[in-house]
Amino acid sequence: MTAARNNAAKLVTALRKGDKRAAAKLISMIEDDEPEAREVLRRIYRHTGKAHIIGLTGPPGAGKSTLISRMIKEFRGRGRKVGVVAVDPTSPFTGGAILGDRVRMADASLDPNVFIRSMATRGHPGGLALATFDAVHVLEAFGSEVVMVETVGAGQSEVEIAKRAHTTVVVEMAASGDAVQILKAGILEIGDVYVVNKADLEGAAGMVSNLEQVIPERTKGWRPPVLRSVASEGTGVKEIADALESHWRHLRKSGELAAREHARAETELRGALAEAALESLVSQRASERRLRAAIKRIVARTVDVRTAADELLRKPRG
Amino acid sequence: MGSEDPLKVLREKRREWERTTLKDSLKALPERSTAFTTTSFIPIERLYTPLEGPTFDPSKDLGMPGEYPFARGIHPTMYRGRLWTMRMFAGYGSAEDTNRRFKYLIAHGETGLSVAFDMPTLYGYDTDGPEAEGEFGTCGVAVSSLRDMDLLFSGIDVGAISTSMTINSPAAVIWAMYLVMAERRGIPWTKLRGTIQNDILKEYQAQKEWIFPPEPSMRLVVDTFEYGARKVPQWNTISISGYHIREAGATAGQELAFTLRNGIEYVQWGIERGLDVDEFAPRLSFFFNSHNDLFEEVAKYRAARRIWAREMRERFGAKNPRSWWLRFHTQTAGVSLTKQQPLNNIVRTTVQGLAAVLGGTQSLHTNSYDEAYQVPHEDAARIALRTQQILAHESGIANTIDPLGGSYFVEWLTDYMEDEAYRYFDRIDALGGVIPAIRKGFFQQEIANSAYRYQKEVEGRERIIVGVNDFVDPEEDTKVHPLRVTKASYNRQLARLRTIRGKRDKKKWERSLAALRKAAEGSENTMPSIVDAVRAEATLGEICDTLRDVFGTWEEPLLY
Amino acid sequence: MPKTIRVLVAKPGLDGHDRGAKVIARALRDAGMEVIYTGLRQSPDDIVAAAIEEDVDAIGLSCLSGAHMTLFPRVVRLLRKKGASDIVVAGGGIIPPEDVPKLKKAGLRGVFGPGTSLAEIVGFFEKAAGRSR
Repeated sequence: MTAARNNAAKLVTALRKGDKRAAAKLISMIEDDEPEAREVLRRIYRHTGKAHIIGLTGPPGAGKSTLISRMIKEFRGRGRKVGVVAVDPTSPFTGGAILGDRVRMADASLDPNVFIRSMATRGHPGGLALATFDAVHVLEAFGSEVVMVETVGAGQSEVEIAKRAHTTVVVEMAASGDAVQILKAGILEIGDVYVVNKADLEGAAGMVSNLEQVIPERTKGWRPPVLRSVASEGTGVKEIADALESHWRHLRKSGELAAREHARAETELRGALAEAALESLVSQRASERRLRAAIKRIVARTVDVRTAADELLRKPRG
Repeated sequence: MGSEDPLKVLREKRREWERTTLKDSLKALPERSTAFTTTSFIPIERLYTPLEGPTFDPSKDLGMPGEYPFARGIHPTMYRGRLWTMRMFAGYGSAEDTNRRFKYLIAHGETGLSVAFDMPTLYGYDTDGPEAEGEFGTCGVAVSSLRDMDLLFSGIDVGAISTSMTINSPAAVIWAMYLVMAERRGIPWTKLRGTIQNDILKEYQAQKEWIFPPEPSMRLVVDTFEYGARKVPQWNTISISGYHIREAGATAGQELAFTLRNGIEYVQWGIERGLDVDEFAPRLSFFFNSHNDLFEEVAKYRAARRIWAREMRERFGAKNPRSWWLRFHTQTAGVSLTKQQPLNNIVRTTVQGLAAVLGGTQSLHTNSYDEAYQVPHEDAARIALRTQQILAHESGIANTIDPLGGSYFVEWLTDYMEDEAYRYFDRIDALGGVIPAIRKGFFQQEIANSAYRYQKEVEGRERIIVGVNDFVDPEEDTKVHPLRVTKASYNRQLARLRTIRGKRDKKKWERSLAALRKAAEGSENTMPSIVDAVRAEATLGEICDTLRDVFGTWEEPLLY
Repeated sequence: MPKTIRVLVAKPGLDGHDRGAKVIARALRDAGMEVIYTGLRQSPDDIVAAAIEEDVDAIGLSCLSGAHMTLFPRVVRLLRKKGASDIVVAGGGIIPPEDVPKLKKAGLRGVFGPGTSLAEIVGFFEKAAGRSR
């Protein structure tokens, strides 16, 4: 274990110095759930919590990646160090994935103050990878001040990102007709900023005004703006960055950020406790043999699941 | 009493045959496969008879050669009057290197020139630009300046021979260089014959050598239609191509459909500019692939002629019969060439050349056997040219028109491919047309899917490639003549550019680029200002940079 | 559970012929790998920067325009410079036979010309990733 801890320590030191290779290796360690992963998270945690985490969701084809590539430039122009985690779905049949979001972000990585990482969901439902936010932590410790997370865009990806990101951006593509009908259920409730991209297409203006009418106030004092962009040309990007910074300020001033951080820390702690306690208890009390026996009884309907669990966790008789 | 319907008799006869003769034969000797398909996955029957085309009417469906709908050929005498042009695609290194190759090929009997440009030139970069590093002359000739163009055709009478130039995004500029070169030699533009490929739509779909986004690119194309119609009347200002679409992985059916639909798009844009269709349509030309499945290719070319004739006459109301002609150049399939046992490629090229001639091509390039690993060496190129000459003079196939016409199989397949093309037209129209479909990645996805399907067939040995997944020779050791671009050529090119930039009239040069910018920003035809910029010794890169500035650059949609 | 193999598939230089690169990307995905596809017109610097950030096990380079002798070795050199020479590099495309040993000498672990089976390429990357762990 010591060798692993030394390795983790060395990498974290390099990470703090802005070494991209170290950052990349640390993300892999966590993603692959290596034994040093815990050690890594332990060391970097105190360096996290200061970056503005922005989640981007919206249907495939809306232009999220192109928008992110423009946002990278915009934020760099404002002197911010930028991190990006782009998530793409893992094929449920083959376990593989093609991660192509960074195609849009070509020469951004030549900048030492930009870090882009592609991740596959690896079976995790919800449009994000299990390790996505740990990767975000690594990027924070690397020095990123703004971290953009691009979700898969399908399924329930907006829900998960809304829970974890500070600011959720919903990117839709301009389309004519009743815009509200074509949006996914629930999407109107989770966005902090809405963007109608490809706004040079027909229907953009109508879509913007429709959205403005139906989007409710998200949190106290924040009315989500509906913005327009043509990401491929760079128009509207400045306004989006302005809105994001404005939201960040709002979260801090209103105490919303602190409240969220508290709520999240509590949720995560309880979750981690439950996980750790369970692991420990199960390994102490429920041997493989007893587990198998219980499963047989459940299938035979001689005991229900809850009772079986209680029995397993009680101290063995005698 | 009266005679019985011959089709009815035949139907009975066939049934009987299936019940007896065939059945017995299959019992003794089953067929090699449970299904036989073309490369477009079209299922092929054991036998074709008149029953497969019961309503076939040769006068209506085929017509006479040289008459609507031109299924049998666009000229009344076809190769009996004149053989196809033997036009070998050539280019590598510097203008001097390629000029030598041109002369070699002409000396050995080619009857038309065809220029291959290097990557930087294709993308509108000069040899001394940063993007050009490592790419000088490796897959074609580098032409950065008017001087290069002049050297490329040194000692060649461009008033007497036709030249095809495979150039797309910067086609207008390269064409301008050719025109100004001819001007300086005292050759009137009305005498010039040739083609610029200039087919930007297929770049977005398949070859991917784009610079600007679709709309400004289409504008440049129509500028050349207009300019050509008025000033260079014998020039084909476009070669609407299926070759690259096929090479990228499309099936023959997709090649046919996408090419012709692109053609329709170009005609539409020309008409929207205000040109009369008969003004520019006679100068539209086409460029197809010739792949392995001989009958499928022949059917493809025949269907293409019929579809184009119909669309031009019925959809666009063209009155000049020349507007209805689908004139095409063919290149044998590069993608079919193997690195393994390369001499086998001579055979492949022969079969593919045969298909093109049986299909009625106006012009043909045959690949060299060494092209799976390099730009052709002289010796290999000569054999490829000889292949055409043997087909022309020894095989007899050029002695009668459309010899496969009337074949039950070929007529059935021609009809089938025509129907499939129209189904594709409907799908593309449903997506909003060619450019919206490009933006949605429709063509790119169809092509990538076909490519993957084809490769899986090869992997699974459902599709045999001799020397690659069967009849492999692990001991093979064919010696190949390497062809290298020299450092001397490269340095000469750089020196030339330095001299040009140093010696030209700076003010004139600046003014010409400013005028070009203004023209590009407005809506006037850009060709006159491009020609002027060339006259002022602006380089390819400089002109394209100006246009890049005004038009922007294109990024392709993300998909796999 | 064996770790997921990550491969970067890249098209360096101006060459736009991506049929092979895309087919290979799909085949690697079908073999359970995570493939980062960089798209067209990448400089060696772009490719190396991406490979490092993505912590890939290997890079597959595709070039059909004849510029491989300049571009492929440059990728290897840059990886070395950035302390990432454990990333395996392979290349394919239109490559004359005499260039193959030169490329291998320059540091490419595999050179795959036309006609190479997908099975062979997948097998190569599986082995390459195993070695680098």
